[in-house]
Amino acid sequence: MRSIARVLVLAVLCLPSVAAFADATSDQFRNELEALKKQMQEMQRTIKEQQKTISNQQNTIDKLEKTAAKPVELPPAQKEELRKELTQELAREERKTVTPSPVPARGRGFGGMEPFARGIQSLNPDISIDGLFAAAASTEDDFERLFTGAHDPVQRGFTLQNLELTLGGAVDPYFRGDVHLVYQIDRRGKSTLEVEEAYLTTLSLPSNLQLKAGQFFTQFGRLNPTHPHTWDFSDQPLVNGRMFGGDGLRNPGMQFSYLLPLPFYMEAMTTVQDSQGETAFSFRNAPGEELFGRPLQERKVRGLDDLLWVPRLRTSFNLSDTQTLLLGASGATGPNASGLHTRTNIYGLDLYWRWKPLDNFNGWPFVSFQTEGMFRDYQAGRALDETSGDLLLPRRTLNDWGMYSQILWGFSPRWVAGMRFDYVEGNGDARNDPNRDRRLRYSPNITFYPSEFSKWRLQYNFDDQPDRGRHDHTITLQYEFLIGTHGAHTF
Amino acid sequence: MKIFGVCAGISPRWLVAGLIAVSIVTPALNVQAVERLRVITSTPDFAAIATEVGGDRVDVLSLAKGTQNPHFVDARPSFIVELNKADMLIEGGLELEIGWLPPLLLSARNPNLQPNAPGRVVAALNVPILEVPTFRVDRSMGDVHPAGNPHFTLDPDNGKIVAETIADALIRIHPQDAAVFQANLERFKNTLDAKIQQWVAQMEPFRGAKVVSYHKSYNYFIERFGLELASTVEPKPGVPPSPAYVETLTALMKAQGVRVVMLEPYYVRALPDVISRETGAQILVLPTMPGGIPEVQTYADVFQYNINALTNALRAGQ
Repeated sequence: MRSIARVLVLAVLCLPSVAAFADATSDQFRNELEALKKQMQEMQRTIKEQQKTISNQQNTIDKLEKTAAKPVELPPAQKEELRKELTQELAREERKTVTPSPVPARGRGFGGMEPFARGIQSLNPDISIDGLFAAAASTEDDFERLFTGAHDPVQRGFTLQNLELTLGGAVDPYFRGDVHLVYQIDRRGKSTLEVEEAYLTTLSLPSNLQLKAGQFFTQFGRLNPTHPHTWDFSDQPLVNGRMFGGDGLRNPGMQFSYLLPLPFYMEAMTTVQDSQGETAFSFRNAPGEELFGRPLQERKVRGLDDLLWVPRLRTSFNLSDTQTLLLGASGATGPNASGLHTRTNIYGLDLYWRWKPLDNFNGWPFVSFQTEGMFRDYQAGRALDETSGDLLLPRRTLNDWGMYSQILWGFSPRWVAGMRFDYVEGNGDARNDPNRDRRLRYSPNITFYPSEFSKWRLQYNFDDQPDRGRHDHTITLQYEFLIGTHGAHTF
Repeated sequence: MKIFGVCAGISPRWLVAGLIAVSIVTPALNVQAVERLRVITSTPDFAAIATEVGGDRVDVLSLAKGTQNPHFVDARPSFIVELNKADMLIEGGLELEIGWLPPLLLSARNPNLQPNAPGRVVAALNVPILEVPTFRVDRSMGDVHPAGNPHFTLDPDNGKIVAETIADALIRIHPQDAAVFQANLERFKNTLDAKIQQWVAQMEPFRGAKVVSYHKSYNYFIERFGLELASTVEPKPGVPPSPAYVETLTALMKAQGVRVVMLEPYYVRALPDVISRETGAQILVLPTMPGGIPEVQTYADVFQYNINALTNALRAGQ
């Protein structure tokens, strides 16, 4: 209707000008004018007819509206028949338009992509930030004496344990990339940034192989490769601190893993990494520092033997539909910097068992048991007095061992009670070395998870230090938040 | 400590040699004498449909059990082995399995199941999805699904669409059996159509009846069979109700005459029992998937059982 009106207005506007030219020109114009007149009459007639049709239709609509108040009830079977016909018709129409492709994209439906995300499609990685904090009180003044982890509470009062920025996503059809950056605030209030992990993982190498390359946590045992916010206690087990230092065993390198073609899960992996730095604590560590009374020397890599090699075998069995067992054995070998030819070997065994009923309520209830034992063989070089050259400490083999066991009980939705036992010890004259003395620790805790993305944890530590002749009590309140898209964790 | 001294010298060269050796041995051990296609599904509803469409040409295994909440499945390492050997993976999509499937797939290192590979099937592909947010969602709204409600197989019409998607995928990776898959698909759809007519007729007298469910698991069912969801026991997805909320809910149920609480088999009954006592509404434990309760084994069983239970309860409440 509107377009017809527009044509009319235009035609009317044009008329005077057409008339003005009519006299001055030939019959051609007159003829055209005649034609236009006819056309206009024609249009007016059409409009009238259309108006008539519209009013007729309006009447019909009014009638229909009246009758619609009491609709004709089709019997359900007939309705179903109609519905079926319609659906089939629609399906036929859709099938016609489909072009065969690996992933058929049809008109309606989900289309394999998040509908909401379609509008904001971007190639950005998944981003998440996890904040992990603690408030602590202890009978021990020096927290470094109590805790072995760099993400453990550092002082009485408050600690930012870990602010972790995680980015991850597909690199291309061949690799996945993951980055974990960690911010911390130390006791002096200084902010630090750590490149905790940054690595690629292959998606489909042949022969069940997989390669991980970059900077990453070494696959040794169960706890070492995981991030503090996934831990079940607010501090790191003592044995992990003793063997791998405060920040865990991680360095630039590569990890090859192989899924064995067996009817049950068994994965063999070997990691080769740089053996230097604070994150290779029992190995080359940081030159210039001192460990076990011996100064650490500058030691260059001269061959494959000077790198850190870590084989690991992991297997799992389903004991029943509700019980899963995971077993692992690890070894780590590499040079240490206490001498020019000294080496360190660390051996570890780990076990994890979990029970969770099949009709669990959002993951509850459950019971899990986890234990790890480690043994270290550290060939310590001689320590000489810098000025006189006198022998201060002889060449020695230092053996340390330790373990932790923990049991967790998700007794009621959102609530978990836990108990952990820690034990570490060293051979020989270890009692005066805070890195080697005998220690036992008992840590009960209780955690409340308001959702998967936050937690509040209250933990008590009873530290028994027989070599120091004292014991200490520590209470920690840990809390966490997680925002953004954070990948699921492995079993 | 002598014993440790013996194994002290793990030679790196030995390790490399060992790794190369095992990777050479692998293809030899990994004999792929495949006669039937190995189809893995995330949940048993897709497994039931895939079994119907694939017939005797497929071996179907669901990672989750019917009694399990599909959002919270333990990512057992044995699943890695299953996924490693699979020709096809059928997942729901819409972030249903986001909490457990992605790390398993990464560890499974199976090229058949990479995104966009012919063996990777997203069941939601052609399904009209309910509750797709048209506004920005965040987690203050609970465990919301930014891509819409993923429990779509509880509308039997969607089951037919999923069956078509699965048939397409089976034909794609195994074209020589196309006729078999096509025939199975038609049979499945026709059988289901006949049942749908019967189910609709059974539910017709209760059109518009108001119900409450624990989670928004049954929304597709409710929509399809003309019921009305008055509210949910959870105030927000994944968020447990507070006593104040329960009070509001029971008041609402009394005011609207809600006679039925639909309860997923994996939710704790304690609170719904309280609500039931308070309002007189009947609690119906209704499976969302085959295997959810022992007597429900096929895809059609889910509807038959649920509709029988609902019509009985609603009739009693009239």
